[in-house]
Amino acid sequence: MSSPDTILDQWEQSDYKWGFVTDIESDSAPPGLSEEIVRFISAKKEEPEWMLEWRLKAFRHWQTMTEPTWANVEYPPINFQDIIYYSAPKQKKKLNSLDEVDPELLETYKKLGIPLEEQKMLAGVAVDAVFDSVSVATTFKDKLSEMGIIFCPFSEAVREHPELIRKYIGSVVPYSDNFYATLNSAVFSDGSFVYVPKGVRCPMELSTYFRINAMSTGQFERTLIVADEGAHVSYLEGCTAPMRDENQLHAAVVELVAHDDATIKYSTVQNWYPGDKNGVGGIYNFVTKRGKCAGRRSRISWTQVETGSAITWKYPSCILQGDDSVGEFYSVAMTNNYQQADTGTKMIHIGKRTRSNIVSKGISAGFSQNTYRGQVLINKGAANARNYTQCDSMLMGDKCGAHTFPYIEVKNSTAHMEHEATTSKIGEDQLFYCNQRGINPEDAVSMIVNGFCKEVFRELPMEFAVEAQKLLAISLEGSVG
Amino acid sequence: MVEMTAEKNAYAEAFEIIEAQAGPSWLLPIRKAAMARFADLGIPTTRHEEWKFTNVAPIRKLDFALAEVGGHGVTPDRIAPFVCDGATGGTFVFVNGHFDKGLSKTGQLPAGITVGSVAEAVSANAGLLEQHLARHATNEQDAFLALNTALMRDGLFVHVPKGLVVEQPIQAVFVTTSESDPTMAFSRNLIVADESSQVTVVEVHVGLGTIPFLASSVTEIVVGDNATVDHYRVTREGELPDNGFFVGTTHAQQGRDCNMRSFVATTGGAIVRNDATAWLGGEGSDFTINGLTMIEGRQLADNHLCIDHAVPHCTSWEYFKGVYDDDARGVFSGRINVHKDAQKTDAKQTNMSLLLSDRALVDSKPQLEIFADDVKCTHGATIGQLDDEALFYLRSRGMMREAARSLLVFGFCRESLQEIRFTPLKKQLEALVFERLPHGNVFLED
Repeated sequence: MSSPDTILDQWEQSDYKWGFVTDIESDSAPPGLSEEIVRFISAKKEEPEWMLEWRLKAFRHWQTMTEPTWANVEYPPINFQDIIYYSAPKQKKKLNSLDEVDPELLETYKKLGIPLEEQKMLAGVAVDAVFDSVSVATTFKDKLSEMGIIFCPFSEAVREHPELIRKYIGSVVPYSDNFYATLNSAVFSDGSFVYVPKGVRCPMELSTYFRINAMSTGQFERTLIVADEGAHVSYLEGCTAPMRDENQLHAAVVELVAHDDATIKYSTVQNWYPGDKNGVGGIYNFVTKRGKCAGRRSRISWTQVETGSAITWKYPSCILQGDDSVGEFYSVAMTNNYQQADTGTKMIHIGKRTRSNIVSKGISAGFSQNTYRGQVLINKGAANARNYTQCDSMLMGDKCGAHTFPYIEVKNSTAHMEHEATTSKIGEDQLFYCNQRGINPEDAVSMIVNGFCKEVFRELPMEFAVEAQKLLAISLEGSVG
Repeated sequence: MVEMTAEKNAYAEAFEIIEAQAGPSWLLPIRKAAMARFADLGIPTTRHEEWKFTNVAPIRKLDFALAEVGGHGVTPDRIAPFVCDGATGGTFVFVNGHFDKGLSKTGQLPAGITVGSVAEAVSANAGLLEQHLARHATNEQDAFLALNTALMRDGLFVHVPKGLVVEQPIQAVFVTTSESDPTMAFSRNLIVADESSQVTVVEVHVGLGTIPFLASSVTEIVVGDNATVDHYRVTREGELPDNGFFVGTTHAQQGRDCNMRSFVATTGGAIVRNDATAWLGGEGSDFTINGLTMIEGRQLADNHLCIDHAVPHCTSWEYFKGVYDDDARGVFSGRINVHKDAQKTDAKQTNMSLLLSDRALVDSKPQLEIFADDVKCTHGATIGQLDDEALFYLRSRGMMREAARSLLVFGFCRESLQEIRFTPLKKQLEALVFERLPHGNVFLED
């Protein structure tokens, strides 16, 4: 191992934690990752000691890990020492209302088409906007707190509700889970925390928009949603990122916990910058999302529309632990130009009579590669478990690829499993039919693709469904011909 | 690490024996390269993606010695139950990887066809063998394939010349025995069907030993333009529980407008791994593979398929069924690779498993890799148990529970067996299924 000298050095450095040179008031940490950076982030967030310990445990574990290479994606090696692990927008003082938010930030939102004011006005939508790692505005908080619902930035929850965070953090995605989840555990910047108490049905759709704005800032969001007995919550996550030339890494962790009779619905529309036509730039989206149906009759439903990112690598999963619990996964993954997507789900059946439903639609165009990778595992105790999987792929053009890698593992004879997959292209006759009726080819393709994805869009909340359809049309631009 | 070295030594010793034997000069470099490849790869662990669900640790732990020629004590009576009677083209018996003339039976074959042992053909048909042997099954990642190439002894050689239709099925029976020490046997078969020819070949793999043995068998099939090959592989290793390890590969190299039909039946063995690969290299060709696995006890059967659609306008069809009782474990992995520009590909893959016990386990991995847009590819997998309603229907008509179950299982298997066009083999396998099922004999017709 190390020589006595280096051990001594390390000891000296770690002991000297408050002497770290970076000015605590500064906006960004220097690029690179070390124990000091982890301590810096923790200090910046005014975190208690146990949180820092947890981060450090994760960081030390991360150092022993190697990057996974099994996914069906290709990208140049990431230099983890080149990334800025913390960046906060300039904040002059504590904000009390929306008016005090920097007008420049608000302008960015406007450009992206999601004006915060309008969001606020939109009935029933509370927005916890995350702008480069720090939540700048939180709305509808009072109404929610009246019902006992906690919806706040993660860092705030660490300070205000340490007992809940301590209980649930890492309970679904342990700090040692995988390379990127461990990295996230060490350096997570912020995110959202939702707690819905017993028997409460959340009256509105909760939503968060993640943005990646500062150059070279890896975003390491951490979301934790806990639905207590009989609670019901629907959470929307939407992502847009401005044009950037440099590849940016996004390694988020999302943990969901559903107790007895609770329901969590998690919807994502992701349209981060996918890189230009030649595959230059774009976001690397390496995300760990997992939900645990801990209680009986609980239900977790993932819906995702993935149209952005240069590389998407995510598998929203369900651990079906409680008897009669239900896991669902609805996904549309659209890739164009040089985009790569390796996405799918894992359904782990543990409890009796657990059910899962998987519907995945992959569309590849241009030079893109689209992969569905999923696992359905029926454990010994999961008597009468049921799974239905359908994964359909659509290919546009002859330079792209569609792949399916399902893993089905059954350890109980009472299980019923069905898996179906098809691959096809848009029929000439369908296109001809539309053209004949005066619909131009581009619109016709968009219509057909939207029809292909309808099963998934149906699962999305209204406003998202509209956005998703538009997004798909934009992503399809130039893919016909 | 120590174990690894010991393991390599056992195989290295075997290689020294093989190396010392006189063989054609072109073969030695191939053997050497394969042995080096095996040394690199080692016996796979479950960390290897293609072996994720098939743990071959029992094979790794044992020190197998290369089986000797003769002195095996196998009599015609002992192998009679396994031999299929209708093979009028002759039955060729290989014991521990060596051709046994005494046990073999010659059949009626049309003039022009060459059938015999690979070991003899190496000198007699040197040109053809040099061109094809170990040239087609070339998966660099397959350690057992490399080991077979390095240590192969003998096997069935069939060459059907242009335009010849051979109506008589040819049978090869591979027997592995091990009475005192764990032995290993390596057989290698080569079937070459020239343009517009037709032939049927049946392979039966049988284990008779009382202690563990390792049987490895690789078959390379070259299907010429417009030719038709029917190939059957029946694996009945280890009539005694838990002692037969079988690792085999069948590779079809296909030309234009040809047909290759294959059937893989597995009814026993501690670990039976069958790889079936096909390279569709000529337009308009078809590859059909069906399979039936029926295992019990602590047996494991693993079917790995990989079909490459390299050119446009080819079709492939895979239909695999499995019945698993007791603690049996089934693994299925099917992969269809549609290469760039292989337009108008039509590929279908189905895997259906029936679990008869709570302890049985199935892992299924139907995969598609597609790089062309104008294709039709589907795959489906189902895993389940017997239908309660169907069971109730039969019970309500006065059938005993066990008999009703047996009938339903048979119905499940029969759909797959129906694909066998060589009737005597179909009858033999149907009878075998019934024998395994409680009260099965009730349904057997004479």
